[in-house]
Amino acid sequence: MQWETVIGLEIHTQLATQSKIFSGAPTAFGADPNTQACAIDLGLPGVLPVLNVQAVRFAVRFGKAIEAEIAPRSIFARKNYFYPDLPKGYQISQYELPVVGKGQVEIVLDEGTVKTIGVTRAHLEEDAGKSLHEDFQGFTGIDLNRAGTPLLEIVSEPDMRSPQEAVAYAKKIHQIVRYIGISDGNMQEGSFRMDANVSVRPVGQAEFGTRAEIKNVNSFRFLEKAIQFEVERQIDLIEGGGTVVQETRLYDAAKDETRSMRTKEEANDYRYFPDPDLLPLEIDADFLAEAVADLPELPDAKRARFQADYGLSEYDADLLTASRELADYFESVAKDSGEPKLAANWVSGELMAALNKAECEIGESPVSAAMLAGLIARIKDGTISGKLAKQVFEGMWNGGGDADRVIESQGLKQITDTGAIESMIDAIVAANPAQVEQYRSGKDKIFGFFVGQVMKQSGGKANPGQVNEILRRKLQG
Amino acid sequence: MQNKSIAQLAADLRLRTYSSVELTRHYLERIERLDPRLNAYVTVSAEPALAAAERADRALKAGEAGPLTGIPIAHKDIFCTQGIRTSCGSRMLDDFIAPYDATVVEKLAAAGAVVLGKTNMDEFAMGSSNETSFYGPVKNPWDETRVPGGSSGGSAAAVAARLCAAATGTDTGGSIRQPAALCGITGIKPTYGRCSRWGMIAFASSLDQAGVMARSAADAAFILDEMAGFDSRDSTSADVPVPDYVDALDNDIKELRIGLPKEYFGEGLDGRVGAAIQDAIKEYERLGAEIVEISLPNSPLSVPVYYVVAPAECSSNLARFDGVRYGHRCEDPKDLEDLYKRSRAEGFGAEVQRRIMIGTYALSAGYYDAYYLKAQKIRHLIADDFRRAFEQVDVIMGPTSPTTAFPIGAKMDDPVSMYLNDIYTIATNLAGLPGMSIPVEPVDGLPVGLQVIGNYFDEARLLNVAHQYQHVTHWHQAAPAGFE
Repeated sequence: MQWETVIGLEIHTQLATQSKIFSGAPTAFGADPNTQACAIDLGLPGVLPVLNVQAVRFAVRFGKAIEAEIAPRSIFARKNYFYPDLPKGYQISQYELPVVGKGQVEIVLDEGTVKTIGVTRAHLEEDAGKSLHEDFQGFTGIDLNRAGTPLLEIVSEPDMRSPQEAVAYAKKIHQIVRYIGISDGNMQEGSFRMDANVSVRPVGQAEFGTRAEIKNVNSFRFLEKAIQFEVERQIDLIEGGGTVVQETRLYDAAKDETRSMRTKEEANDYRYFPDPDLLPLEIDADFLAEAVADLPELPDAKRARFQADYGLSEYDADLLTASRELADYFESVAKDSGEPKLAANWVSGELMAALNKAECEIGESPVSAAMLAGLIARIKDGTISGKLAKQVFEGMWNGGGDADRVIESQGLKQITDTGAIESMIDAIVAANPAQVEQYRSGKDKIFGFFVGQVMKQSGGKANPGQVNEILRRKLQG
Repeated sequence: MQNKSIAQLAADLRLRTYSSVELTRHYLERIERLDPRLNAYVTVSAEPALAAAERADRALKAGEAGPLTGIPIAHKDIFCTQGIRTSCGSRMLDDFIAPYDATVVEKLAAAGAVVLGKTNMDEFAMGSSNETSFYGPVKNPWDETRVPGGSSGGSAAAVAARLCAAATGTDTGGSIRQPAALCGITGIKPTYGRCSRWGMIAFASSLDQAGVMARSAADAAFILDEMAGFDSRDSTSADVPVPDYVDALDNDIKELRIGLPKEYFGEGLDGRVGAAIQDAIKEYERLGAEIVEISLPNSPLSVPVYYVVAPAECSSNLARFDGVRYGHRCEDPKDLEDLYKRSRAEGFGAEVQRRIMIGTYALSAGYYDAYYLKAQKIRHLIADDFRRAFEQVDVIMGPTSPTTAFPIGAKMDDPVSMYLNDIYTIATNLAGLPGMSIPVEPVDGLPVGLQVIGNYFDEARLLNVAHQYQHVTHWHQAAPAGFE
């Protein structure tokens, strides 16, 4: 039987606010346990939540970025369940009326076709703390630093049909939240966590199969593998005469498998109800306008513009818009140098390779956009050859200053003095009579030998155009 | 000293007739001598009180005194007080010391008040008789075999017995007004949102409101002036200007339109309590008020609606008491579930457990629409009744409680009969309106309270209306025998 996979994703993205969603405690990552949790985060008696407006602004920006409706009135609700790292015994979330309604994003599939994935909703909520099961000799440690950290939960429609589509969608959301500056998207630190709802059905069947939810996946690679495993598990199960049960599963990366965590019967009854400590969240036109006033150009628009304005290939445009920082870098180099194609080649080639090798982000590049544009200018005006430019780049990367300084200090300036090149060629022609004879007897290929000799002699600095021209003249005698 | 009004005490302190330290010692001595009979205080904070009194005396001497500087008051033990235990009447918080002051506590401290201690209350404010407290029942100073009402029973008894000049209380369904009525004092529950809930341990967040328990409307006005106001730490706090309540006391009440809801004078009301209320209303007629019969047709639904909404909210509000971070934790839990179950079973009393279970049920999948959602809808209807009534009248009057104080133990085995004690007070909480109770002529030596309900943020008028009655009557000055 032919099976079709149906996938929907719930993505929890941590919002990049300075303080927590309902308290003034800081949100910085990595502090000592329980040092970034105030009375409100600890759920002490008598404390009350006050909504962080910046978190609302971020949610609104996201809504706008995915062309969603922003609810003029949304409600915070309590999701009630007991867990040691959930200090109040409930999580403040949004249930029936979320702040962001239906929206959509586009993903590009392998064969280049574009597919629209629906976003059902996005809502604001607070994160829980962490339970630490090691190092406490039979006890569990509770760290509430993360408790109350603002999250935007982004729920997709079940529109994806393969693990690859799910990854493409997740990457797109990841790209958007970083572009619009609402999240650092740091997956190692848990700022971007994915839950996948996976089911299979016979091709042609309209109803969905029973789904399993894979919780808390924190890398795109694991997302793809977890879904792949789960799809195969479900197909094997059904084909073996079994049935899929609705349940929550965990992906074990070490074993590359998903494991049952709890079934529907064991699930909590969350007893959602509107939080009486918080007023309905009302967003008026002024707030909305202010929140999205400085919304940057979004990746899709930027990609199209790069192709149109700079004549970039789709591949290059895609690559150079992967992050806003990279795109800004490229655009700055392109504008300053006036050579967008050279800029694209240098950014996607030398620069990216160097960044990858050094494992650093574009923002940490020792070669600034202005420096790279300076280098391209020197290529353009013939000061250096394209070949030597790589050496200059290396010099800049290693702290040698801007292109002019590296060219100067390493003596890489191109030789364009015709007289100097002529005398160099005269000497080489005189020293290699046998090869000259061969050339003159019609063995054209030997020409390259002479070019090589000149370049060697000049340390690569002789202008290749001039070398070719003079050499040809001299060899012909 | 203990029979003087707050205005008199403030004047005496300014004239140095006696010092705040002397006044504070006087009250502490009374508490030590008389409170063992009443059990009104859970914690007496003598040392911090005397230290605050010394500071007050210095401020008085320096001419920097605030309106309440040096006046000894008490806080219901539901308000968090930094450094002084806040038990909420529960074993769960028997050893809980908050690292912060409630806004109400902070504001009264800033106004110069001296805190004598924390008063007894029904556990987590759940009760109408003060019998659910972990610290034992409070006795009514008018008859020590009877209840003082609840949940602010300790504050009511302490004020009636002159064990403080005034006290704070909270009112979720009548918890200020009913004990004020049963103890013969003046209590005001302001509009929902008038006083901040920050630091006030939540029972039912959409109903809870802090207020004042005092011996007169004038005393209450002095305290409320300092307590009320917007607080950015409480999202449900009202950003509405606070008028000067003391200034408004002497306003004329001629042509005041008083609404009498027929539903408040029907079956269930003790005949002699009803007669005392009617007498008080006649007094208002003599003062020039106009009486209008009105109807609040949905008021019979108040009690059932309340007993869905309040327990639902409390089931969630009390989830934080899980034995993990603070509060009671059972001995040697064998696993997480055991920790939760035993800590909560041991830490909470029967009434609290009953309400958590009712509320959990009402919010459960499949029951939410039938109970919680429906109750919220009826709540709107109840508020609409009042909105229509206030198009016709300025204030609404009726009994605070259907009976006088009942004997301790009489209703503990019959929760529904206990719940019906609040039949006249609950609707104002559901609507978020302000309400007061003032003493009228007693029945058989037991106090009777007249309830006065006002429109939103009309506390100044309530206090004014109460004060005008107290101007021409003396019921509010009567002290229980042995506590004069």
